[in-house]
Amino acid sequence: MDDIKTLTLAGALEGLRAKKFSSVELTQALLDVMQPSQADIHAFVTIDAEGALAQAAEADRRRAAGEDAPLLGAPIAMKDNMSVIGQPCTASSRILEGYIAPYDATVTAKLRAAGAIFLGRTNMDEFALGSTTQTSGFGPTENPVARGCIPGGSSGGSAAAVVGGLALAALGTDTGGSIRQPASHCGIVGVKPTYGRVSRYGIVACASSLDQVGPMTKTVEDAALLMDVISGHDPMDATSLDVPVPRLADAWTGADPAKPLVGMTLGLPKEYFGDGLDPEVRALTEAAAKRAEALGATLREVSLPYSPYGIPTYYICMTAEVSANLARFDGVRYGARVPCDDVLGQYLKTRAQGMGAEVKRRVLLGTFVLSSGYYDAYYNRAQKVRTLIKRDFDAAFATCDLLLAPVTPEPAWPLGVYQDDPIRNYLSDVLTVGANLAGCCAMAIPAGATAAGKPVGIQLLGPNFGEPTLFRAAHALELR
Amino acid sequence: MAGFDIDRVAMLARLELTDEERTRFGRQLETIVAYVDRIAGLDLDGLDATLHGHDAGAPFREDTPVPGLPLEAVLNNAPARIEDEIRMPRVVE
Repeated sequence: MDDIKTLTLAGALEGLRAKKFSSVELTQALLDVMQPSQADIHAFVTIDAEGALAQAAEADRRRAAGEDAPLLGAPIAMKDNMSVIGQPCTASSRILEGYIAPYDATVTAKLRAAGAIFLGRTNMDEFALGSTTQTSGFGPTENPVARGCIPGGSSGGSAAAVVGGLALAALGTDTGGSIRQPASHCGIVGVKPTYGRVSRYGIVACASSLDQVGPMTKTVEDAALLMDVISGHDPMDATSLDVPVPRLADAWTGADPAKPLVGMTLGLPKEYFGDGLDPEVRALTEAAAKRAEALGATLREVSLPYSPYGIPTYYICMTAEVSANLARFDGVRYGARVPCDDVLGQYLKTRAQGMGAEVKRRVLLGTFVLSSGYYDAYYNRAQKVRTLIKRDFDAAFATCDLLLAPVTPEPAWPLGVYQDDPIRNYLSDVLTVGANLAGCCAMAIPAGATAAGKPVGIQLLGPNFGEPTLFRAAHALELR
Repeated sequence: MAGFDIDRVAMLARLELTDEERTRFGRQLETIVAYVDRIAGLDLDGLDATLHGHDAGAPFREDTPVPGLPLEAVLNNAPARIEDEIRMPRVVE
């Protein structure tokens, strides 16, 4: 078998189809790397070795019988907020310890139908509330590339699993950058699809108007393979849109290999290159822009004037939705319960014991901005500012096909730093929350590394349902 | 940020806080609310609210019965149950 750490999803499927190796051999090879890595990297909350090997054996049986499917026999990792029937699903929160998902999320069902194998569940910031994977109720994940540093978050376990060679690919969720930011910190590809492109049914809701599920992979081609399986309208998620789903694995077909970006205009949002951007991140992003120009793209400066209001708007809208969504975790129907003689006491004590500090902070903030006397000043106003931010993106996309920008203001920082400084952590989302507030699609791709060897990504952002253009440009720009 | 009452908000959120959390979260939330107050000065007259990432709304499904989740798998997740019911503390005296 090829080097398991560099083996791509596409490469694995080719090997499986050519019968160079079996799905059982592939799954076992990943488990052999994964299990010892738990002691330091800790990418997984739960590993289902027995289940994965049984699914792999079944995939091998189907292939031997002449069957094929888009992902037949390919082992995938799922973020711990995605329901896989019969498996734990804790969203890395102690309050969901013991919960077993009684159904498949729609993305799970689609992957299953396409023949994918579920290796286990990746670590994340508790309820996806964080940018470091350190708020997990089960301990942090370490960046497998920038050792001693955060992998980013909240989908840090998925990013670590992919770059560490513990899974061929993974799914994450992105509410304010939770796919793109860890992808950037770990040096992989991460896609935040257009809001409404992928079903959220069966995902532990964080902020329902912002959440999207997306792939985290080693290559743009791998991300396209997964997007082609998970995209599309779902009657179980009324916010998923019934619009045509173009095949993304064909997005770059026919492009001129020397000048694949001819005819494409990339906007550089000036507010995303302001003070506070790390010099090495700036240099790598500018180098990517120059590469795009050399590949035929036209560059132009654009403005997103309401960007400075992105973080305040995001932290009002997101925490308001979080406080409502997390009200269901009360010790009644599932998860942990602190027994008490009266119902109110049971709610108060169960939530106090089951939720971590960052979850409590955001639930309190969200409750405050929705509370009587403050609703208009905060939640109502923030939703109107969101309109201004969305208009910024609409105006920018009227003059260019895609935006090119850094993902994070700085490379991965050491584990344990800034842990009790919430504002400092929130500001690290400054370049990613805009896409979620506007609903547009975005993708992080590797752009190189700092002198100290820390991976740095750039992001491309596209208009709603602009995924074909997004994937075409990303495929041309990714470093191979 | 006059009026931020950590005890009122914590009770609304159904969260029991320790004295240490009360002090720490109270201080941190004051800083965070002061930060998000940056939107206070913007002129937002006449603007509609954006509730979702797209403008397509959220259409209703057809009102037709479909099978629900398997009862046993759902009830098995309850922290305490009696036969086919979830057990809770008494709410009616």
